[in-house]
Amino acid sequence: MHILDFNKLSLRDINKTLQESDKNSFFSVRNPKGSHALAVGINKKITVKIVGSVGYYCAGMNKFSDIKVEGSAGPGLGENMMSGNIYVTGDVSQYAGASGHGGSILVGGNASSRCGISMKGVDIIVKGNVGHMSAFMAQKGNLVIFGDAGHALGDSIYEANIYVAGEVASLGADCIEKKMTKKHLSNLENILSNANVSDYNPDTFRRFGSARSLYNFNVDNAKIY
Amino acid sequence: MKKKSITEPRTSHTFDAYTNSEIRRAAETGIYDIRGGGSKRSLPNFDDLLFLGASISRYPLEGYRESCNTKVILGDRFSSNPLNLEIPITIAGMSFGALSAQAKEALGRGASLVGTSTTTGDGGMTKEERGHSKQLVYQLLPSRYGMNPDDLRKADAIEIVVGQGAKPGGGGMLLGQKINDRVAEMRTLPKGIDQRSPCRHPDWTGPDDMEIKILELREITGWKVPIFVKVAGSRPYYDVALAAKSGADVVVVDGMQGGTAATQEVFIENVGIPTLACVRPAVRALQELDLHRKVQLIISGGIRNGADVAKALALGADAVSIGSAALIALGDNDPRYQKDYEKLGTTAGSFDDWHEGLDPAGITTQNKKLAERLNPKLGGRRLANYLNVMTMEAQTIARACGKNDLRNLEPEDLCALTVESAAMAGVPLAGTNWIPGT
Repeated sequence: MHILDFNKLSLRDINKTLQESDKNSFFSVRNPKGSHALAVGINKKITVKIVGSVGYYCAGMNKFSDIKVEGSAGPGLGENMMSGNIYVTGDVSQYAGASGHGGSILVGGNASSRCGISMKGVDIIVKGNVGHMSAFMAQKGNLVIFGDAGHALGDSIYEANIYVAGEVASLGADCIEKKMTKKHLSNLENILSNANVSDYNPDTFRRFGSARSLYNFNVDNAKIY
Repeated sequence: MKKKSITEPRTSHTFDAYTNSEIRRAAETGIYDIRGGGSKRSLPNFDDLLFLGASISRYPLEGYRESCNTKVILGDRFSSNPLNLEIPITIAGMSFGALSAQAKEALGRGASLVGTSTTTGDGGMTKEERGHSKQLVYQLLPSRYGMNPDDLRKADAIEIVVGQGAKPGGGGMLLGQKINDRVAEMRTLPKGIDQRSPCRHPDWTGPDDMEIKILELREITGWKVPIFVKVAGSRPYYDVALAAKSGADVVVVDGMQGGTAATQEVFIENVGIPTLACVRPAVRALQELDLHRKVQLIISGGIRNGADVAKALALGADAVSIGSAALIALGDNDPRYQKDYEKLGTTAGSFDDWHEGLDPAGITTQNKKLAERLNPKLGGRRLANYLNVMTMEAQTIARACGKNDLRNLEPEDLCALTVESAAMAGVPLAGTNWIPGT
C-alpha cells in the first residue's frame, strides 16, 4: 500500500501518481481536507482509499478503479464515471453520479439534490435519502434509494430505473410509478449484490420510470412542461 | 355594381406576409417553428464598419511583397500544449448528429489543410473527425452526450460550452428524424425520440463552480491542453470577465447570427445581441483584468469573409470561428440543388429546416443516400480554398492599413457608417471624431 499525504504532496502530485500507477496498486490518501478534483481521470484498475472528506468532483470520470471515501463528498461525486466502483461512507452533496455512463456508486448516508442527474448507465445506491430533482433527465442505469426521495423525482426521465424503499415527496414531469416485475426485482437484487449490500427487504421497494409521453412533441402535453 | 377602388391594396407592416403565414402555421400545427441557422433579421453587423486605409498619416505595406502574419497561438495561459494555428479562423462546434459523418470529415480535412482547428459538438467525438482533424477541440456540453474521458484525452483542446449565440440560455435540440442507430447509441438515448438537451451543466452552476470544473478537467488531462469557455452573446462584458476569472485559457463569444442545428425561431430572432455588439465589451473585460492577449478571444456569429475577420481582429479579437459559412462552402444551400429545395417548399439560400434531416446537400442529415452526396475530400478542398481566400482578404486589408500582423489591426483603423454601429463597435462615425456613448 502506498500512502499519499496531502500535508506533503500537492493535488497535481497525487492525481498524477494515481493516474500513472501500475494496475492493481493500492493507495491510501491521507488528509484530503475537502480538496476538489481528487482521484479524477483514473484509467486503470487500482484501489484508492481516501481517509477524510473530499470536495467537488472526487473520482470524476473514473474508469475501472475502486475508490472509497471514508467521510463525506462534495458536489459532482463520480461525475461522468465510466466504470469501477465508488463508495462514500458519509453523505454526498449535489449531482452525485451526474451523467455517469457505468460502474456503481454507493452512498452510506444521504445524497443531496439532483443525485443521478443525466445518468447514462451508472448504478447509484443511496442508503439514506435523496434531495429534490434526483434522476433528472436520467437516461440509463439505476438509482436505488433506501430512504425518502425529495420533490420532482425523475423529472423528464428517459430509460433509467428508480427504486425507492421510502417515501417520495412528488414525481417530476413524465415520471410514473411502474409495476415491480420479476425482471426488475432481479435487476434490483443484482445491483445490490454487486455492491455487496445485503441488509434489505426487496418487497419494500417500488419502481419508477418514464411514461414516455414526452419523447416526441405533442402540443396536448404542453402544460406538463 | 360596386365601384372598383382606385387606391392600391395596402399591406400591413405589422402583419406582413411572413408574419401572417407564421400565425397560420402555428394555428394549424400547434407547435412553434423550429429551424436551423442563425438570425435572419437585418442587424447591425461588420458591413457597417469601414477600414481607413493608409495614406500620409500612416503608410501601407506592399500587397504581394511584404509579409503579414496570420498565425495565432490559442491557450498558452495555463496549458503546456496550446493550439498553434496558421490562420485566425477556426471551425465552430457542430455535432455529429446535426451533421453527417461525411460533413464532419470534410470539415476536418479542410481545416487541417490550412492549419486550423475544428470542434466537436453535442454527441461526442467521431472517429471521422478525430482522424481527419489535426487540431480538434472537444466540447463539454450540458447534455454530456457521448462524453467520455478517453476522447477527452485525445482532444487538442477542451471547450466548455456555456451558451450559443443562436440560443443564449437554451439547450440543443435534435429531433427524432435524425436519431438513427449510431446517433442514438452515441447519446445513450432511444432511437427516434426528440432530443432536447439541457441548458445548464448537470454538475455546476455559476463561475465559482466553473473554476473547480476547469480544475478537474486540467487534472484529468495533466494541464496539457487549453480550456476554452464558450458563451453566447448576451452580457459579454460580465460573461467574459467571469470566464477569464474562472481560469479559461480562451473565451469564445458567439453573437446572435451564430447558427444552430435546430431551435425555436422565436429564440433565434429574439434572444441575444448581434456579434458586432459583443466584441468591444468582451475586449474591455479582458483589458481591465490585464488579460487581453493573455486570454485569447474568439468571436463567432455570422463571419463571412476576410473583411469580417479583419474587423473582428481590429476590434480586439484574437481569432474568429465560423460554422454556417463553412457549411455553405461545403455546399449547403447550393443553387445546384434548387429543384430539391423546391420539393421541400423552399429555395436554395433559404433552406433552414436542418432538423428534419432532408438536406439535399447531404450535410445536415443522417440519411445515408443524401449524406453520400457530399464527397468529404472535395468538400474539404472547397473549405480549404474558402479559408485561404478569407485569410488573404484579411491580409490585403491589414497591409493596406500598414500592419504586418493581422492582430496588429486596431480600432483606430476603423470607422462606422451608422450611429448604431459606431456605438456598438466603439469607433467614430465616418468623417467625424464622434463615438456615440463616450
